[in-house]
Amino acid sequence: MNRMFAIIEREMRKFFRSPTLMIMSLMMPIMQLVIMGNAFGGKIVGAKVAVVDYDHGPESVRLREAFDSIAANIKTFKTINYDDEVQAREDVRTGRIDAAVIIPAQYSRRVYAQDAPELGLVVDNSDQFMSGSLEAEMQSLVTALTSPVIQPRLANSIALEIVELYPYVNYMKFLLPLTIALAMYISVMIGGGMLYIDDKARGVHEGYLVTPITKIELVFGMNIAGAMKAVLAGICITVIGSLMAGLGVIFHPEALLELFCLIVAGSIAFNGMMFLMMVRVNDPLVPRAMFGVLNTLLLYPSGGMYPVAAFPPWLQAISVIDPFTYCVHGFKAVLLKDGGFVAIQYDLLFLFSFGIGTLLIATPLFKRTL
Amino acid sequence: MSAVAIRAASADSDTSIKVENVVKRYGTFEAVKGVSFSVANGEIFGLLGPNGAGKSTLIRMMTTLIPITGGKAIVAGHDVEKDPDAVRRMIGVIPQALTSDPDLTVEENLSIYAKLYSVPRAERIKNIDDVLEAVDLTKWRGAQTKTLSGGMRRRLEIARGLVHNPKIFFLDEPTTGLDPVSRVAVWEMLDNLRKTRHLTMLLTTHYMEEADKLCDRIAIVDHGNLVALGTPIELKNSVPGANVVEVHFDRETESWHKRLEGLEGVTSVQAESAGFYRVLTSSGSKTTMQLVELAASLGETLTSLSVQNTTLDDVFIHYTGRQLRDETVKPVFMMPPRPGAQP
Repeated sequence: MNRMFAIIEREMRKFFRSPTLMIMSLMMPIMQLVIMGNAFGGKIVGAKVAVVDYDHGPESVRLREAFDSIAANIKTFKTINYDDEVQAREDVRTGRIDAAVIIPAQYSRRVYAQDAPELGLVVDNSDQFMSGSLEAEMQSLVTALTSPVIQPRLANSIALEIVELYPYVNYMKFLLPLTIALAMYISVMIGGGMLYIDDKARGVHEGYLVTPITKIELVFGMNIAGAMKAVLAGICITVIGSLMAGLGVIFHPEALLELFCLIVAGSIAFNGMMFLMMVRVNDPLVPRAMFGVLNTLLLYPSGGMYPVAAFPPWLQAISVIDPFTYCVHGFKAVLLKDGGFVAIQYDLLFLFSFGIGTLLIATPLFKRTL
Repeated sequence: MSAVAIRAASADSDTSIKVENVVKRYGTFEAVKGVSFSVANGEIFGLLGPNGAGKSTLIRMMTTLIPITGGKAIVAGHDVEKDPDAVRRMIGVIPQALTSDPDLTVEENLSIYAKLYSVPRAERIKNIDDVLEAVDLTKWRGAQTKTLSGGMRRRLEIARGLVHNPKIFFLDEPTTGLDPVSRVAVWEMLDNLRKTRHLTMLLTTHYMEEADKLCDRIAIVDHGNLVALGTPIELKNSVPGANVVEVHFDRETESWHKRLEGLEGVTSVQAESAGFYRVLTSSGSKTTMQLVELAASLGETLTSLSVQNTTLDDVFIHYTGRQLRDETVKPVFMMPPRPGAQP
């Protein structure tokens, strides 16, 4: 047992004296949270929309006043007057403006005559986010303009009442579960993967192998140390990320305990997976070449960015065996939904089982000799 | 094996290491081909050979790092294959590479290895003090290993191998990569350790001087075979010719080799490069005179001439037919130019 603790002691001393590992496993996920949280979470502001008015009637003036109201208040877009529809289309195509609204001749007359009035909206649909936002904004504006001034006493359309269970979740909060899982993964990737192979190549393992340490002590020593590093990374990112995203859940003891359990389970799962992959590798280039691909392979199918239901069946199959999926689901359940242990019990079960299972497979593959 | 006089260990109780017909195969490649030898208690035994000869493979088999394909190795009375843990408890191993952790301090490195050998706490503290004293690193005990020089790091490796008080010490090329001053310091330290701790040592090296200075007996290994075994003196005496004369002529002619072989007392002539010959002779002084006279009679110039006793280099060349490693020849005696000769 003491020999196993000697391995853990050595690994932990190295961890605390190696700023590179700490910075990489803590700072990179934080940077990702900040950059992606701000890059994807924002609303469109100040888009340039051309207005080509062939009508110049009272209804087109009303429409333009509505545009000005948007430009002055929520500032989604501002309008630029164009005389020529062809020029407006060309400018949308070349990216000088983001969209163009065409008000056709006789628009006001058709509105008053209730004769199927139409407006044209030219958008650049190669940018789905921008075009989608402008389309939605224009649609709500048109709906508001066409709604009757006096509402009917009895509503004749089906109303959908939307009940949101949780407070508004901005993108930074949404990304936090993935970021915590990523921090643990990076810690395992560097501490359990790259450094493990580097130690092998430098002959450090040769030094271990000539001592009376048993295979089990060696395997468990290295894996417990690897998992401990991942747990430390997970705790740091959970606290820092929650404070940055404005989540007060970390101040609730029960939620803290749930988070700690998830972090430990996730760390064991990631570490077991990494050890299984690296157990027979000797070339230090292999983990470096592997990790870029592995990152993509595991991160994206997890449902941390896009819902798993949107994936094709083969990608959904990957997400079923991907420990990231369960980490992200568990962290979401605790951080964003306050779901309690009931919400994370299957995640914990999978992550612990996955970690122990991979370790059980890897242990016989570990060679006690060179 | 074209054996030299071999001093075998008299009885098993006096033997620390016994290797019997050990073979190591990697697929079809045979790295070690049926090597046998034994090392007596308290002896320093050297495995000498060029890179790729099989020295490290042999030492790795004896230290349980790689399995033996055939044969048997008994270390400290335990079979390496059947009872590797018992062997590991009795041995200290210094690998070829510097494997101490650069991020840890000297003391931490030693402490962790002592723990890996389950040395009790009180004993551990005492052992660390003792080995640091023995390798003269006491005042560096708190220094991070990465701040030490190459020689100091090698001394730390040696201390690490001793921290659990082993009976047998294996050193794989312990001075490789060290400057000459550090190398001599390590030799002195190993000699002191042998005397004070009564250690049996088995070291591999490709430095002739190291083997000559440190080892009680030397085994020469080449292409996985043990080609010679004996004390340094026995090995040197086994080579015909008492002296080696190294002669460098100004220009090469086809007749030099034949003429040199014809000189009185010469037992063999080896051409090293153009105009440069190593001549094994029973009388260095007589052959030197004859060489000077021969060159003068032919009107040739001797660039350099040196006489020395037979070295392990000559032993190695004698048994393997090639040099251990390329070395610059340093003549001990330069012939003055003949009066009137062109520079």
